[in-house]
Amino acid sequence: MLVSLENAGIFRSNKWLVRGVSMGVEPGEIVTLIGPNGSGKSTTAKLALGVLATDEGTASRKEKLRASYVPQKLKLSPTLPLSVARFLCLTNKADRHQITAALRATETDHLAAEQMVNLSGGEFQRVLLARAILCSPEFLVLDEPVQGVDFNGELALYKLIEDIRNRLDCGILLISHDLHVVMSTTDRVICLNGHVCCSGTPANVASSAEFKSLFGERAASGLAFYEHRHDHEHRPDGSIETRDSAPDGRRGPEGGVSPPPASQKISSANPANPNRNNQDKVNQDV
Amino acid sequence: MFDDFFTRALIGGIGVALVAGPLGCFIIWRRLAYFGDTLSHSALLGVALALLLELNITFAVFVVSVIVSLLLVILQRRASLSSDALLGLLAHSALAVGLVVLAFMTWVRVDLMGFLFGDILSITTFDLTLIWGGGLFVLAVLARIWRPLFAATVSYELATAEGIKPDQANVIFMVLMAAVIAVSLKIVGVLLITALLIIPAAAARRFASSPEQMAVTAIVVGVVSVWLGLNGSLEFDTPAGPSIVVAALLCFVLSLIPIKVPYLRK
Repeated sequence: MLVSLENAGIFRSNKWLVRGVSMGVEPGEIVTLIGPNGSGKSTTAKLALGVLATDEGTASRKEKLRASYVPQKLKLSPTLPLSVARFLCLTNKADRHQITAALRATETDHLAAEQMVNLSGGEFQRVLLARAILCSPEFLVLDEPVQGVDFNGELALYKLIEDIRNRLDCGILLISHDLHVVMSTTDRVICLNGHVCCSGTPANVASSAEFKSLFGERAASGLAFYEHRHDHEHRPDGSIETRDSAPDGRRGPEGGVSPPPASQKISSANPANPNRNNQDKVNQDV
Repeated sequence: MFDDFFTRALIGGIGVALVAGPLGCFIIWRRLAYFGDTLSHSALLGVALALLLELNITFAVFVVSVIVSLLLVILQRRASLSSDALLGLLAHSALAVGLVVLAFMTWVRVDLMGFLFGDILSITTFDLTLIWGGGLFVLAVLARIWRPLFAATVSYELATAEGIKPDQANVIFMVLMAAVIAVSLKIVGVLLITALLIIPAAAARRFASSPEQMAVTAIVVGVVSVWLGLNGSLEFDTPAGPSIVVAALLCFVLSLIPIKVPYLRK
């Protein structure tokens, strides 16, 4: 066990932010915290990391645990002259090779010399993730890691997270609102609302009564995602790469956008069998 | 060479600029400008206590500054007042208590102006040893805690989560601040110490693309300001401390002029 909380609670400003939370993260396991706003997801993550101390119960971590953290919010002062590359070695020593590899994994290697304050929201988020995976952590806490990232990037980053788990065998504590993605990549889901409402495999949680009352019937029954194909890819620097070698003349009338291919389908996420063989090129070299 | 009062002033001033640069950067990054003010205001209480107990002034100022910063940390945890209110409270009560204590000591004739605005031209060789010895020590300690301190400056939570102990670095940083204020009291005086910390660092910001670069540039700006200010003070017969601050201000204004700096991408 990398990290474990036993009946942990934290009391601030006359109320319990979370109470009676028991959970653990094993190596190679993705545990996801879900729950409505203000349900204590970030607080629980901070308890697990030791950023906050428990007021009740215990939080224990493996000795000399190499932890990495992508916080939900990180506001950098514009007075800080801080390049992306320098930001990556904030808490770790890393050589140029490792930095480039980590940035390439999140498709941000072209930003290495850029100042952090000049990044867009999505770019910033990708760089945060690159920093977290830089020095092969044992325990990774990702608090809404893909907020502000575009749709294609979002799926790619979730695949990257899964790939990191597979390659480094690290334990991941993930906080996310993307229920459909969560259900397809997670080993264990913990549904939080000030306390642990329910927990278990994604399939069990999705069918539980607590989950339905917290997220509504629609969320529980509609855990399916819309899959479609692109005939081209946009590289991070803005150029376009054709994937299916489709001749340019066959582009749609709107200019550039092709009609939906016939293979588009509605597939239901299969939570019991997370899709681990991803062929996305993003994952090739970290 | 140290016989000349002007040379002593110059060497002392440069010694202070050397430490003020990097520490000033942290003050700007951490939005601690008012904290520096609080410490320097309380320096006058240190002066009063030193005269009362016949202690070394620099030492007494250092001790009082450390006590005030610790008080601040304790009050921040306990009291329900915001930090700026607490800083104002500490700064001005310490200043007022210092002035009252000085007034009680009728047997001591103090040149108050000298402490408020500095008396760089009266620097002794012993002061120089203190400034350079203390200064180099401060720089050495700062270099040692640079990584954790900088990580904690960027994000306290991130640093804590990833096993860096930021609290330790923060406390050491406060003590270093107290030391710098104690040694620079004679150069620029209570009211202008913060200026010497902040203005060179602010002027350096635009020319820096990394934190280390900003610290070094701040040192250069500080040294140039000391040299310009002292020469100007000699030339125009103006008070030395304020002249140095005016020179630093000129550097800052120059840094605002939009010229293309070739080695900067942004």
